[in-house]
Amino acid sequence: MCLSVPAKIIEINNDMAKASVGGSIIDVGLQLVEDVKLGDYVLVHTGFALEKVNEDEAIKMLEMIKQLTDNPDDVT
Amino acid sequence: MSNQKILMGHGAGGKLSHQLIQRIFVRHFSNKSLSVLNDASVIKTSAFTAFTTDSYVIDPIFFPGGDIGKLAVSGTVNDLLVSGAVPKYLSAGFIIEEGFLIDDLVKIVASMADEARKAGVEIITGDTKVVKKGQCDKIFINTAGIGDAIESESKLWKTPKLRAGDKVIVSGCLGDHAMAVLSARSSISFEREVLSDVAPLNKLILPLYTNFPGKISFMRDVTRGGLATVLNEICADSELGIELFENKIPVRCEVEGVCEIFGYDPLYLANEGKVVIIVESETAEAILEQIKSCEFGKKAEIVGEINKRAPGRVIMNSVIGGTRIVDMLAGEMLPRIC
Amino acid sequence: MKYLEEYRDNKLASNLINEIIRISRKPVRFMEVCGGHTMAIRKFGIHKMLPPNIELLSGPGCPVCVTERSFIDKAILLSKKKEVIITTYGDLIRVPGTASSLDQEKSSGADVRIIYSTLEALKIAEENPQKKVVFPGIGFETTTPSTAVAVLNAKVRQLQNFFILSAHKIMPPAMEALIKGGADINGYIGPGHVSTIAGSRIYDKLSVDFNISVVISGFEPLDILQSLLMLVEQQEKGKPSVDIQYKRAVNYKGNLKAQKLVESVFETCNTGWRGIGNVPDSGLKLKDEFSRYNAELQFELEVKEVPEPKGCLCGNILSGKNKPQDCKLFGKICVPENPIGACMVSSEGTCAAYYRYNF
Ligand code: SF4
Repeated sequence: MCLSVPAKIIEINNDMAKASVGGSIIDVGLQLVEDVKLGDYVLVHTGFALEKVNEDEAIKMLEMIKQLTDNPDDVT
Repeated sequence: MSNQKILMGHGAGGKLSHQLIQRIFVRHFSNKSLSVLNDASVIKTSAFTAFTTDSYVIDPIFFPGGDIGKLAVSGTVNDLLVSGAVPKYLSAGFIIEEGFLIDDLVKIVASMADEARKAGVEIITGDTKVVKKGQCDKIFINTAGIGDAIESESKLWKTPKLRAGDKVIVSGCLGDHAMAVLSARSSISFEREVLSDVAPLNKLILPLYTNFPGKISFMRDVTRGGLATVLNEICADSELGIELFENKIPVRCEVEGVCEIFGYDPLYLANEGKVVIIVESETAEAILEQIKSCEFGKKAEIVGEINKRAPGRVIMNSVIGGTRIVDMLAGEMLPRIC
Repeated sequence: MKYLEEYRDNKLASNLINEIIRISRKPVRFMEVCGGHTMAIRKFGIHKMLPPNIELLSGPGCPVCVTERSFIDKAILLSKKKEVIITTYGDLIRVPGTASSLDQEKSSGADVRIIYSTLEALKIAEENPQKKVVFPGIGFETTTPSTAVAVLNAKVRQLQNFFILSAHKIMPPAMEALIKGGADINGYIGPGHVSTIAGSRIYDKLSVDFNISVVISGFEPLDILQSLLMLVEQQEKGKPSVDIQYKRAVNYKGNLKAQKLVESVFETCNTGWRGIGNVPDSGLKLKDEFSRYNAELQFELEVKEVPEPKGCLCGNILSGKNKPQDCKLFGKICVPENPIGACMVSSEGTCAAYYRYNF
């Protein structure tokens, strides 16, 4: 449910913004979020920003996965 | 520029019709057979003649990278090309809605003439009808095409025979046409413009027949329904299936972006200048190189192969290594929220 | 694309799978409540990479699939009115009601327009003052705020011709009803974007009351695999709780601004879920002060309750009791081009996902 993609804010006009997903630009409503700035990534659902993407947490998660060893036999 | 419009009289066969034909069609399509304006044009054809027809309706009629006229010529030319024929002659039938701007008609006809020149074909017969407002959406075009079938490519005239091990080549990025049309219809825009890929593919396809005669087992243009639909048609009743590799499928990142937003799948998006080619594995790389050397084939890739894993089916190896079935498109693709 | 590609890394995926295989001992059953997860699991083939002691079930998380047929019938009834324009998300358009679908009504002349955002619906209302524009609102916590924004906007712009037919729902009561109804599971793969809005706190009670795991997951392959690993870890340790895998988009409290907006426009009500039945306080209806936007009150909408199509197991599938293969119609009579039940219509429906991606 709830298809939602991370989009980069590239233009803000009051409560509407333009955001890019891989170079495709769509209109995004900012009515549901606070303090969004140019360059922020937001999750977009039905044309509205749901929330800012938390970059620190995104990096942490990938780090955690990278730390898992490739070969289960290495670990006891 | 004027605001002159198409009137019912332009289709009534009288003076207005005559003017329209002379000033627009004959002028732009200029060739001997057409200017005679007989009821039929007589031409000389080869021993084996390829013959095809298609009707073109599109909203909007002008879109980034093309228009309905360019589409009507390229589409029919490409149908001939992929069937192993050298395109020669086209017909053009127009159904025009009353009130259509004459300037727009001129633009469309000029663009048809342009594409015909590039594709080395002559538009030698035609017809125009005008219908009352509301009875058609602006303009519909039908083109039929005749081509000289190349004998070495007789495999392509017949029902495809798949062989295990054959490779599947796609001639470039998928979905550009669908995206160009979508952006013209809606508020989506792109950081770098995405143009429709609509084009006659003579330069891409004919060299393959010359340099690799008889090596191509199957070729089809990838249009509505996208790659998934074409591949399913190919292997539908076969004991063999097609296996694809997701990380090889060429898609522009802008197009992928739109797919993420609306829940589309690039495998189902329409193209107008892409072909899928099935070739023996020994010559696959050489053929790929040849395709890549053409301006229309720069992003070509070997995307899969024919094998026994799933008879009659198209399966996809996902980027993380799982597999799934790629079915035909069920109905129109719609934007979704979930 | 940032925040997408890095979560589809082949090597990291196999790291996660190996780790799951290494630590998983107990037989466990997890349910993904969210149709988006069902799709991703099938699309990337995740279900086939797991050890046999881990079973995945698909839950009721597709708003289209759980929407009762009477709701579709109401939308169809409205679409037949000359003065009405239906503006709808594409998801709803092919869903079969009792006798037809919005798609079929459209082809016989009804004015049905597909929109991506509720703001487009408002625009259509503004441009067609002589018409009545109805928006059938479907969706869960994630989608309801967009409808709330539209209603508040309509009020500010003093639009007289914009109406909502609400089938909005909230998730936790249904997740609870499923377990009470006998769904035998050890944990939920929690819905990511629902939780972005509502926060992970909405599952606290559920987890404690029923002693089950809830791990809120993102939608990319690595997200789902990591969530499965977290679920397995909890189960192996015997300590089920609520945890967030999708931390880049979800926190404990959720999006308070969006929650406030929804609370100002909607209030809870009882509502039916296809396949689960009536669930108390799991629906959302417009508050009295917004009655003028409520299509249920502004139009005559009498429709008969009708039984589900014969043979369709959607109900059991949505509650995890059956798999699509158990349905005699599956893949034979009921296919995506000719859907019999709701689970086949929505591209995220369990039957559609199984049909398309089953290999
Ligand atoms: S396959 Fe069709 S009929 Fe059977 S349960 Fe699924 S949706 Fe219902």
